Amino acid sequence: MTLSARRALPAALLSVGVLAAWELYADVSGVGEELLPAPHAVASALWSNGGLIWRNFAVTAEQVVLGLGLALAFGLVLAVAIHLSPLLRRAVYPLAVGSQAIPIPVIGVLLVFWWGFGIFPKLMVIALICFFPVLVTTVDGLSGVDPEQPKLLRTLDASRWQAFRFAELPAALPAALSGARIALAVGVIGAFIAETSTPSSAPYSGLGREIITDAGGFQTARAYAATAVLFVFAIACFYALSLAERRLAPWAIQSRGDTR
Amino acid sequence: MVLDRVSRSYRNARGADVHALHEVSLRAGAGELLAVVGPSGCGKSTLLELICALQVPDAGTIACPAAVLMPQRDLLLPWLSALDNAGLALRIAGRTRTQARRHASALFDQLGLEGFEHARPNELSGGQRQRVAFLRTLLAGKPLLCLDEPFGALDAITRAEMQGWLADALTREPRTVVLVTHDVEEAIVLADRVAVLSPRPGRVIAQLEVELARPRLRTDADVISLREQALEALAAGTPA
Repeated sequence: MTLSARRALPAALLSVGVLAAWELYADVSGVGEELLPAPHAVASALWSNGGLIWRNFAVTAEQVVLGLGLALAFGLVLAVAIHLSPLLRRAVYPLAVGSQAIPIPVIGVLLVFWWGFGIFPKLMVIALICFFPVLVTTVDGLSGVDPEQPKLLRTLDASRWQAFRFAELPAALPAALSGARIALAVGVIGAFIAETSTPSSAPYSGLGREIITDAGGFQTARAYAATAVLFVFAIACFYALSLAERRLAPWAIQSRGDTR
Repeated sequence: MVLDRVSRSYRNARGADVHALHEVSLRAGAGELLAVVGPSGCGKSTLLELICALQVPDAGTIACPAAVLMPQRDLLLPWLSALDNAGLALRIAGRTRTQARRHASALFDQLGLEGFEHARPNELSGGQRQRVAFLRTLLAGKPLLCLDEPFGALDAITRAEMQGWLADALTREPRTVVLVTHDVEEAIVLADRVAVLSPRPGRVIAQLEVELARPRLRTDADVISLREQALEALAAGTPA
């Protein structure tokens, strides 16, 4: 067995166990397939609605990727600004925390009023939900450099910008990537919230909309099938980012003895 | 380099005033190695930061060429190779990565670090890390080097080895050096002159000229007798 297959084995075995228990429970408990469809019913719903789910998935995936890109850019720029300006930190940080308490449906219609029925208001919702972990981890990473380091750089005649470029920025990179991983995990549910709180005019408006429609229309198995797709998508994105981290910040992985 | 009656006080993190140095006068001629020894907390690190213009004296004058500090801990950047760490000052001075590497790697070959160019700091031993940190200090291109307990964290065998290496490096790349250490023997093996500081506030309580031929061994009779003199001066300046 190859190494990567051996690494994936525990998760695969656990999944099989959970699915078996779920199947058994759904069959014998009498809960009913409108409330809890059995895994085989979900699988067959996925099979027979493959085209519909796929088109909606493409919409959602695009939103997640672009929304996360926006969140990363916004989180990083804001983190650097807060790091460089204590005044800005005092002014902006509390508001950034507060922004995480905003229930998106409150502002959803306003966003559509501003930017229309297209993808942009949805990206803004995802960015609003996802920028926060990037911001917090990057701010901590930037200020986490050895306090002696600036002294050394000053005696080597480094300017403020060079100290930032050679020491603070690379030091913050592993933290920023951890923030991005957290952002990614909430990004998928962020896309769900974005779709369900901002109306759309497109023929396929994403898995989030589909799940809400199906759940309300007693198409529970199809709602579960769509959910399973989101589930797998979140995992795939997470590990793709871990791979990127190996390339971008190999020293951080070495020093914490990570074997992920 | 000339320090004339330099005094320095500062306020520490708890808000208490610390009188670190009191009317310290020292000098080192071009190419000389001045060692400063003293009990811990006698203001030795403050002295080096004053020479490197990282602090300003409260009284007295400092006349010295541009100086670069090698701090106690190596502070190598974990994401850079040994070669890129050594060449950091060149990058800061605006050279390209390729130029900095070419420059640094010539020195790696000369000073016995060939083969470690591409190792990351966490792959290097303590002694190797200090060597890379010293090369980084050399490559800053300044005439005066301020070394703050460069071998303080090393074991005794590595430390003796590093002292020989440093002496050799300085014959190939002559600089004026101020070496701060709490190890009297190290001071006498390496220095042209040894200044002994009292406990805080640091004052110069003795200066010994070390006019011995190099290379010197810890076991030479002259080294041992000078060491005794320095230790006596230290003991006399330290209240029991």
